[in-house]
Amino acid sequence: MAATTTDPAAAPVHLPPAAVHVPPGSIHGDLRAVKIVWEREMIRFTKDRLRIVTALVQPILFLFVLGSGLSHLASHGTHGVDLRTFVYPGVLCMAVLFTAMFSAASIVWDREFGFLREMMVAPVRRSSLVLGKCLGGATVASVQGVIVIALAGLVGVPYAPVLLIEVFALQLTLAFAITAFGVMVAARINQIQSFMAITQMVMMPMYFLSGAIFPVSGLPAWLTVLNRLDPMTYAVDPMRRVVFDHLHISAAARRALDPGLTWWGWRVPSLVEVAVVAAIGLVCLAIGVVEFNGRE
Amino acid sequence: MNDSAAAGGGATLSPPPASAPSISVRGLSKNYGDIEAVRGIDFEVSPGEIFGFLGPNGAGKSTTISMLCTLVKPTAGTATVAGFDVDSERDTVRRNIGLVFQDTTLDTYLTAEQNMRLHAELYGVPRELIAPRMRQVLEMVGLWERRASAVATYSGGMKRRLEIARGLMHSPRVLFLDEPTVGLDPQTRSSIWTYIRELKGSEDITIFLTTHYMDEAEYCDRIAIMDKGVIVVLDTPSALKASVGRDRVMLQTDDDAAAIAEIEARFGLTATVSEGSVTLGVSEGELFVPRLFAELTVPIRSVSVSRPSLDDVFMSYTGTTIRDAEATSLDRNRATVNAFRRRS
Repeated sequence: MAATTTDPAAAPVHLPPAAVHVPPGSIHGDLRAVKIVWEREMIRFTKDRLRIVTALVQPILFLFVLGSGLSHLASHGTHGVDLRTFVYPGVLCMAVLFTAMFSAASIVWDREFGFLREMMVAPVRRSSLVLGKCLGGATVASVQGVIVIALAGLVGVPYAPVLLIEVFALQLTLAFAITAFGVMVAARINQIQSFMAITQMVMMPMYFLSGAIFPVSGLPAWLTVLNRLDPMTYAVDPMRRVVFDHLHISAAARRALDPGLTWWGWRVPSLVEVAVVAAIGLVCLAIGVVEFNGRE
Repeated sequence: MNDSAAAGGGATLSPPPASAPSISVRGLSKNYGDIEAVRGIDFEVSPGEIFGFLGPNGAGKSTTISMLCTLVKPTAGTATVAGFDVDSERDTVRRNIGLVFQDTTLDTYLTAEQNMRLHAELYGVPRELIAPRMRQVLEMVGLWERRASAVATYSGGMKRRLEIARGLMHSPRVLFLDEPTVGLDPQTRSSIWTYIRELKGSEDITIFLTTHYMDEAEYCDRIAIMDKGVIVVLDTPSALKASVGRDRVMLQTDDDAAAIAEIEARFGLTATVSEGSVTLGVSEGELFVPRLFAELTVPIRSVSVSRPSLDDVFMSYTGTTIRDAEATSLDRNRATVNAFRRRS
């Protein structure tokens, strides 16, 4: 971890007492804090191989078990498109969802095990700690997302460079927003069990309502309303658009499976959708910072 | 970006003159709702001192240390640490203090080295000093060889030593140790104390600690005894013991009855037989023994002088033993702890 040019083991050190003068607070100091908190997330992620595997279980279940199992029932409605291909964009989002939430959960974990205190008493802005945490969670989740991106070939999605970059960018944005949401919730919660219960209660409806497993047009009115209110919707829709742009399927199939999200009949552009996700993330981040600032 | 220039600091950040107290407390109070955890205390700690806060659980020690560490806002009164106000100059105070809490605050998934580096980055230790300083403090606590091990593999004593080393990483002016030896076995406790005592020689630092172990208070330069939110007495360990009064002199003689009579006649002191020895209380035991040998005609086989213990001191100032005090303050303590938890 120590990336210093001088080898610390080379010679015994005799610094005079109080040789270290800590500079006063500065932007530079806060940036160092963001970086080290981010780095800690990376270290912990790479050490936790089990977590990498377990976080993949759910997306793979959805992709291969649900996708394969229901493909017969759905074959009429999909215009010949493999159901797995249809659910793949949703699974790309799901991979990020659980990992990002898990990253945020570690704040509650850190509080229970005391380490959060070490960070909270540090002479840096709380916002830099929260930002480092969110960026760390976003990075970890995106790495996890890359593994699911790698599965594209198995469900008939081409490995086009533009597609991969767009998918990754979407995952990064979603992961940031989800981590920020999780951090905002974690700020108020002291026990990991409570956090898990709350996130389960929030995440599963968010996933099911998002259109990850059904097209978002022609829904009953109540479901349409819930779908449009679900923040996940604004990540799943552009994800599907990006993936379907690279598929060679009939126009009818495209219309049926990727109808696109509308607000009162207006087709919402992808950039607006991404902006919605990013804005929700930033709002959660801001609330999280305020929450953490309020704690002594 | 500009560490060296920044280290020069503004006028407000230059260290206070050496003669100024490291810690200065005036009328400091903290209430949690109806509970008065700390009730207007005053004291000063000089640079380089090891200052001990002694008292039963629930006496207000942890609340006081939390206020000095800027973790809890005082209800009333003021406190400065390293010359900076704990309320209005919070971050500056934090940069100048090291903290070791009762409960571990290490990331046990990381190695010792990674924990140290994380701390150094959070406290803005200049990059080029991180490696040498880390080596210096890890060697000081005897953990340099184990620096690459995950903290999860450390024993309780090693974790505590690592926390002390980490608290020193940024060369704080004042090191706060909240119950540094609680929950450790006696041998480990004494080794922790060896490290704390050695710090005085190697670092230019003031140490403020709390303990409820009476025997540990002996290691401090000065002690404040706290009970029910107030400081009942503050002095050096020897002065405190002297203030309790008498040393206990115990004699083995050939004829106890004759010895008692003779002591009464020559010194005007009342002696009794206790635990098979002639026992009497005198103000300065060491000075009394030569006179005893010179003037007593009854042959003396052995003599021992014992000073009053800090347990005696606590007893004499609070009217209760520390164990009894803990038992009665348990409920109040729980309320305080819960109130504190809600805030941290």
